[in-house]
Amino acid sequence: MSDQNQILEDLTSSDYKYGFVTDIEQEFAPKGLTEDIIRFISAKKEEPEWMLEWRLKAFKEWLKMPEPQWSNVTFPKIDFQDIIYYAAPVQKIELNSLDEVDPEILKTLQKLGISIDEQKRLTGVAMDIVMDSVSVKTTFQTSLKEKGIIFCSISDAIKDHPDLVKKYMGSVVPVKDNYYAALNSAVFSDGSFCYIPKGVRCPMELSTYFRINAAGTGQFERTLLIADDDSYVSYLEGCTAPMRDENQLHAAVVELVAMDRAEIKYSTVQNWYPGNKEGVGGVYNFVTKRGFCKGDSSKISWTQVETGSAITWKYPSCILAGDNSIGEFYSVAVTNNFQQADTGTKMIHIGKNTKSRIVSKGISAGKSQNNYRGLVKVHKKADNARNFSQCDSLLMGDKCGAHTFPYLEVNNRSAQVEHEATTSKISEDILFYCKQRGIEEEQAVAMIVNGFCKEVMDNLPMEFAVEARKLLAISLEGSVG
Amino acid sequence: MIQINNLHVSIEGKEILKGLNLTINKGEVHAIMGPNGTGKSTLGNVLSGKDGYTISEGTVLFEGIDLLELEPEERAQMGLFLAFQYPVEIPGVSNANFLKASINEIRKSKDLAPISATDFLKLMREKMELVEMKKDFISRSVNVGFSGGEKKRNEILQMAMLDPKLAILDETDSGLDIDALRIVANGVNKLRTEENAFIIITHYQRLLDHIVPDFVHVMYDGKIVKSGDKSLALELEEKGYDWIKDEVEAV
Repeated sequence: MSDQNQILEDLTSSDYKYGFVTDIEQEFAPKGLTEDIIRFISAKKEEPEWMLEWRLKAFKEWLKMPEPQWSNVTFPKIDFQDIIYYAAPVQKIELNSLDEVDPEILKTLQKLGISIDEQKRLTGVAMDIVMDSVSVKTTFQTSLKEKGIIFCSISDAIKDHPDLVKKYMGSVVPVKDNYYAALNSAVFSDGSFCYIPKGVRCPMELSTYFRINAAGTGQFERTLLIADDDSYVSYLEGCTAPMRDENQLHAAVVELVAMDRAEIKYSTVQNWYPGNKEGVGGVYNFVTKRGFCKGDSSKISWTQVETGSAITWKYPSCILAGDNSIGEFYSVAVTNNFQQADTGTKMIHIGKNTKSRIVSKGISAGKSQNNYRGLVKVHKKADNARNFSQCDSLLMGDKCGAHTFPYLEVNNRSAQVEHEATTSKISEDILFYCKQRGIEEEQAVAMIVNGFCKEVMDNLPMEFAVEARKLLAISLEGSVG
Repeated sequence: MIQINNLHVSIEGKEILKGLNLTINKGEVHAIMGPNGTGKSTLGNVLSGKDGYTISEGTVLFEGIDLLELEPEERAQMGLFLAFQYPVEIPGVSNANFLKASINEIRKSKDLAPISATDFLKLMREKMELVEMKKDFISRSVNVGFSGGEKKRNEILQMAMLDPKLAILDETDSGLDIDALRIVANGVNKLRTEENAFIIITHYQRLLDHIVPDFVHVMYDGKIVKSGDKSLALELEEKGYDWIKDEVEAV
C-alpha cells in the first residue's frame, strides 16, 4: 500500500503544464472597487446609461451583503480592494482576419493546443475568445447571422441588442442572488451573448475560451444565452489559466433561458491554475450558473469537467418551471494537491411532469477535498416530478477527502426521487490486474479514472471529449496520468 | 523457459512456499494439482509479481533473467501471463480499450509502434471467435456484469491476444460448466506451440481431459512432492490426495 502511495505522490507532483504568461500590452484599471471604478469600466466599454445604472445598483446591493460562509472550503479572506477589476489587452479595433490578432495571443492559444484555424476548419466551431476581459475575436459571425443567430460579446450585445439584454439579464440570476453574483453584476468585464431564434437549430457548437491573463486581475465573465421556442444550441466553454503566485478571483455568472420545446446543452471544461504542490496560488472560482427552463417541454443540460482552480464553488442549476421540462447535470470534478471543490447542482421542480438527472463523479487525489453538494427541490404544484441522482467518489491515496451533501425538499407526494452514492478507491487488485497485462501504473490509473468518468465524458461533444480526456490525464499525470 | 529454485515465500510471517523447485521448457504444459491451501495460487502470484509476499530464499530465472527483480508490468512485457482466478471488474473501460492499452504497452517495451486500429480489430475478432465471445463484447466494460464463465473466457481471450511465452492459468476451470470448460480448453489447445509453455493450476482432472499435460505435479505443504505424467492426474482423481499426504508424512 505504501508503495502505491509513493507512486501516487510522484504522479501527483508534476507541474502545471499551462503555466505561462502572455506578454502583451495591457490596459489596467487602478486596484480596488468603488463607484468610480464601476463608472470607469462602464465608460471604457462605452456602455449606455441604463447599463451603468444597473451596475451601480448591483454594487450598492453587494456592499450590503455578507460573504457566504456555508461551503465546505477554507481560504484566507479576500481583500476586494486589492483586486484589479478591469484589464484589457490593448488591441486595434475591428479585426477582419486572424492575421490581425496579436501574434502573442495566437501563440498562447497554440500552446494551449487551441489552433483556431484548425478548429475552425476541422470542427466548424465558432469561437468567441475572451482573453482577460475583452473579446478578441469572433468567428463564424456571418454564417450564424444568416440563421438569425446572435452570437457576440456581451458588450456588443448591450450596444446592439439592448432590448434582449434588458429583458433577460438578471432574470435567471438576480443581482441580489448571492454575494458573488452581485459583485459580478457590478463589475462584469465581458463574456458571451447568444440568442437562437424560434425554430432554429444552431448548426455548430458555439464555443468560448476564457483565460485569466493579467497578473492580479479578477475576471468577471457574464454569459447570457437565450434559446427561443423550438430551438437548439450546444455551447462549449473551456478555460486554462497561466501560473500565478497570488490568488486570483474568478466570479462568473452564466444565465440560460430555454423557451417552449427549446434545448440548451452547456458544456464546460475548466482548468484554471490550481496552485502549486504546496497549495500556494491558484484561482478562486466562485461561479453562479443557472438555467431557466421557462417554456414547456424545454430542456437544459449542464456537463462540466472541473480539473482546475484552487477553490471551486459552483452549482450549475436548473429551474424547471415549464411543464414537462427536463434538467440534467453531468459533472466530473478532479481535485489534487491542496485543491478544494464544493460543487454540485440544484434542480428546482416547479412545473408538472418535470424530470431531472444528476450524475456527479468526484475524484480526489493528494491532500485535496472534493465535495458534492446538491439540492433537489420539488414544489407543491410539481406533480409527477422525477429525479435521479448518482454521486460517485473515487479516492486516490489516503490523504484526500470526498464528501457528499445531498439535500432533498419534496413538497409533492407524487414525486419520485432517487439518490445513489458510492465511494471507492482504486484498489490494488485492479492495479495489479492492469500491470499483469503490461500496463504501467500511471497509465492504468488514467484508464481507470477515465472509465470512472465515462458516463459524463460521453455527454461532451466529441471534440471536447478528446480535450477533456487530455486534461484529465494532465491533471492526474499530475494526478491521474 | 523458467527455472524455479528452492523458492521460499511467506505472507505476513507465515511461510507458504517452502523450497519449491520446478523447471519448465519451451513447448511444455505442466499441471499443478494439490489440496487447498498448499500454495498453488501463491506460486502464480509470486511469479507474476503481486505485492505482499516476502521471498526469503530461492531464485527464479525466466528466459535467463532474474524474474524476482522485475516489476509486474515488466514481467508481463517479457511474456509472462497470469489468467486470474478472480478477474477484476473495471467499470467504464471497454474490453477493446483495455486490450489495446495492454498490447501497445507490450509493443512499446519492444520499441514497436502502436498497433493500428484495423489490425487490432481484426486480431480481436479472430481471437474472440476462438473463445466464442459475442460481438458486443468488444464495447462492454472489462468483466462488468460478466458471468463467471465469461470472465474466465475473457482471461483466455486476453491470453490469446497477448500471445505470452509462459501462461499461468490459476484455477481457470473452477466454476465453469461443461461448455465453458470446453471453450477454455479449446482456446488453450489452439494456442499451444513449440515456443510457449503453460502452467495449469487446477483441482480437478476434468480440465486435463481436454488439455493434456506433459507433466503433472502434486503440491503439498508448499512444495512439489510428486511429479509424473498425465496418468498421475487420473490416479489422483481416483484415490484423492490422502495417499500423497500419507506418503509425505511417512518420510
